[in-house]
Amino acid sequence: MRAIAVFVLLAIFPLAMQALDGMFYVSLASRILIYAIAATSLNLVLGYGGMVSFGHAAFFGAGAFVVGIMAVEGIRSAWIAWPAAIAVAALAALVIGALSLRTRGVYFIMITLAFAQMIYYIFVSLKTYGGDDGLSMPGRSTVGAGTLGNDLVWYYVVLGILAAVLYALHRLVRSRFGRVIAAIRENEARAEAIGFPVYRYKLACFVIAGAVGGLAGALIANQSSYVSPSLLHWIQSGTLMIMVILGGVGTIWGGVIGAAVLLGLEHLISDYRIGWLAALAPNYQDHGGLAVGIVLLAIVLAAPRGIAGFFRDA
Amino acid sequence: MLELRAVSKRYGGVVATDDVTLDVTHAEVHALIGPNGAGKTTLIGQISGALETQSGRIIFNGADITRLPAHARVAAGLARSYQITSIFRRFSVLENLALAVQARSGSSFRYWRPVAAEKPLFAEAAAIAAEIGLHERLGTIAGQLAHGEQRALEVGLALATQPQLLLLDEPMAGMGPRESQAMIALIARLRTRVTMLLVEHDMDAVFRLADRISVLVNGRLLATGAPAAIRADPQVRQAYLGEELAA
Repeated sequence: MRAIAVFVLLAIFPLAMQALDGMFYVSLASRILIYAIAATSLNLVLGYGGMVSFGHAAFFGAGAFVVGIMAVEGIRSAWIAWPAAIAVAALAALVIGALSLRTRGVYFIMITLAFAQMIYYIFVSLKTYGGDDGLSMPGRSTVGAGTLGNDLVWYYVVLGILAAVLYALHRLVRSRFGRVIAAIRENEARAEAIGFPVYRYKLACFVIAGAVGGLAGALIANQSSYVSPSLLHWIQSGTLMIMVILGGVGTIWGGVIGAAVLLGLEHLISDYRIGWLAALAPNYQDHGGLAVGIVLLAIVLAAPRGIAGFFRDA
Repeated sequence: MLELRAVSKRYGGVVATDDVTLDVTHAEVHALIGPNGAGKTTLIGQISGALETQSGRIIFNGADITRLPAHARVAAGLARSYQITSIFRRFSVLENLALAVQARSGSSFRYWRPVAAEKPLFAEAAAIAAEIGLHERLGTIAGQLAHGEQRALEVGLALATQPQLLLLDEPMAGMGPRESQAMIALIARLRTRVTMLLVEHDMDAVFRLADRISVLVNGRLLATGAPAAIRADPQVRQAYLGEELAA
């Protein structure tokens, strides 16, 4: 019920913004919703699966580059480019997961980080497709004869995909597979000892999350028709992780809340000048990262299980 | 049913199990006893597949399972319980058991249908809960059960996989006399339908339940035989039973 209410509000939002001449906020909201999808996909492995992957940007960035490269090469149909982005991200997750999941704990964190950084450096050195400078696309993907260039249409496409992803996650965590994943997070040795091939389940979970991460990447490439290699950088992985931890590890809405709070906060600090804060520290906006960090620290201290966990406890 | 052939395991320079050759025959309760550090739990780990076996062969129902992963051994009919309770602490009793039933009833690579809709899983889990005396605790979160109840669930999880051979690693560990009696009664009920290899320190329980007893000392098999023969064996008395029986 609450979920439906949230989506009704999100559906009304751009209409209100249109009336108030605030289309900029619709674009910002699309970006937040795309990051919500990416963070949700990370939450599946990290929160539900208990696998602390520090390389999720690899799948996010790979999805973005697939769409970007295909667009530059003349393939702009979303029906072709997006499934391709999902497939490539899933394949990357299959390879990276198959190797990384043989390790545990800190080793797993480091090896996923290493793989993602490897992919980052590959794309930085790929001069044909922008290298350091990134890749500009001729425009957003097309659907049949139409394009997704209209920001309002774009917002609703992203919102629809987010709704589908959240519903799928809701189903998945209650399915047989979801129970096994929860059991593995809880007690891996025992899950194996009652007959579950643990490695295969973890790999499947990793691949699903990678595929959805790739889908989010396909969307972020379209958001500004530009693909930056920074999407693959470890800072991106860290940002997604912060969103998940901030929003609520292992909760359906964790990724959404985390993305909204983090990106909303960044926007608030860099684009608004808060009078009393400026009086206190005149150039606080030049140190936006520090300001965001302090607020995040306060939130995490107040809600150690994330914002979604905070509301569930209350 | 289970044949160990010269099974060994070393940790660095330390020998945990050393050249153990042992048979567990169909429908028997075979007790494995020995002093602390004798390698009993290591041997259970090797049979169940949780630990790698460096040399020797493990044969189950005629098939060599020495290199088979643990989950595949469960599918073949071999299940274990743990000396140190290992349950899904944040799941309810019913969810714990239903999960173990799920493990052997069809694929779990199913992503859409809620598991709660699968009534047979939970019906069977409830039946197992009744068998282990937890039928009034179905909704209780496993981590909040009393110690004895957690021990019962520990055995229940292994039982729910419907094993042909059940490896019980000190099922009575840390139990009071009343709880121990309940566990002994459970094992006695189970013996008609499942073969058991029982590691236990409670000699009263061992001599009441076991058809045969094997004695492990310093990783080596000292003797195997009927309870009366083991009780009378001078070597066993000297190495282990003397102190236990005197105590």
